[in-house]
Amino acid sequence: MMNWMAWTLPTAIFFGAIALMLIGMTVWQLVSPSVERRGLLPMATTRGDRLFIGLLGGAFIHLAWMAATGLPLWWALGISVVLILAAMRWA
Amino acid sequence: MKKIENNRAWFLVVPVFVLVAFSAIVPLMTVVNYSVQDIFDADTRVFVGSEWYREILRDDGLQQALLRQFVFSFAILLIEIPLGIAIALAMPRRGARASLTLVVLALPLLIPWNVVGTIWQIFGRADIGLGGVLVTRLGIDYNYAANPIDAWATVLVMDVWHWTSLVALLCFSGLRAIPDAYFQAARIDGASNWAVFRFVQLPKLKNVLLISVLLRFMDSFMIYSEPFVLTGGGPGNSTTFLSQSLARLAVGQFDLGPAAAFSLIYFLIILLFCWLFFTTMMQLGRGPRP
Repeated sequence: MMNWMAWTLPTAIFFGAIALMLIGMTVWQLVSPSVERRGLLPMATTRGDRLFIGLLGGAFIHLAWMAATGLPLWWALGISVVLILAAMRWA
Repeated sequence: MKKIENNRAWFLVVPVFVLVAFSAIVPLMTVVNYSVQDIFDADTRVFVGSEWYREILRDDGLQQALLRQFVFSFAILLIEIPLGIAIALAMPRRGARASLTLVVLALPLLIPWNVVGTIWQIFGRADIGLGGVLVTRLGIDYNYAANPIDAWATVLVMDVWHWTSLVALLCFSGLRAIPDAYFQAARIDGASNWAVFRFVQLPKLKNVLLISVLLRFMDSFMIYSEPFVLTGGGPGNSTTFLSQSLARLAVGQFDLGPAAAFSLIYFLIILLFCWLFFTTMMQLGRGPRP
């Protein structure tokens, strides 16, 4: 099974986390539906929009981190998590 | 009558979901898996972490290809979008002339990419090509195979020739959809042609322009066959764009790990720009919020 798509443990954890996020967002939406609102960004966003912005921003933070420094990626991961939480709350 | 409510209609979406899973999601996940491994053969793989990403991000050749790609994509957007709008505005609105114009405009869109490359390769030759000979007769020393500026000009003109029609046709359909009442109201108010364009036609074209910009950006960002056939990425590397660098890496050298990392970076850039264009253009039409 692990051989078919050339899985590795880290990528499996990565996709597992994404899947959990999607499931979590779905449950959250069912429990209390998202209302479009405007925060720091110049446009109205829903919860899903803010998560997408956070995740995309996180991906680019990782890329910039790898391009700029040789330090471990855990730092970039930490910054990204903070960014995603901040985006969910204030963006 | 009592309505029966259930969510069984969702099952109708299952075939689409399965198709998309196997045509897009599974391959994309596999590419992510490849990008963190050094792959020797089907059974021999070594986990290398972020090594390929670091290598790709620091590769000078790829950075230059990325820069060229941005210059190319923004240049053709700057040319094709205004030109497409202008052509759509100038097109006859009804009758046989309108049909004829539509057919002529649609012709370049029907030609396969590699054939377009071949056509322009011959058309641009300074010894036998119609375009090349004409430019040479004008006293310009033109050779797209040896001079990077000539090669760039040829690739740009080729793309404009191939794809401006798409923008023009989309804008034409957008213009035709504006009810006459708007123009009558503008005429009563004594609006100038420019005012009609700026305040009636352009706002009504927002959606078709959004589609045009997204399609042209994505398509030009992935351009491969035309420059590959026309110049082969040369002279030197001057017209080597991202997808050609990727093909060299993946198919030429069979470096699946670095090629996968490269593909994902490529994908993220396209995703970012499409999101930016989409959000900005959706925002533009909304106006100030009450």
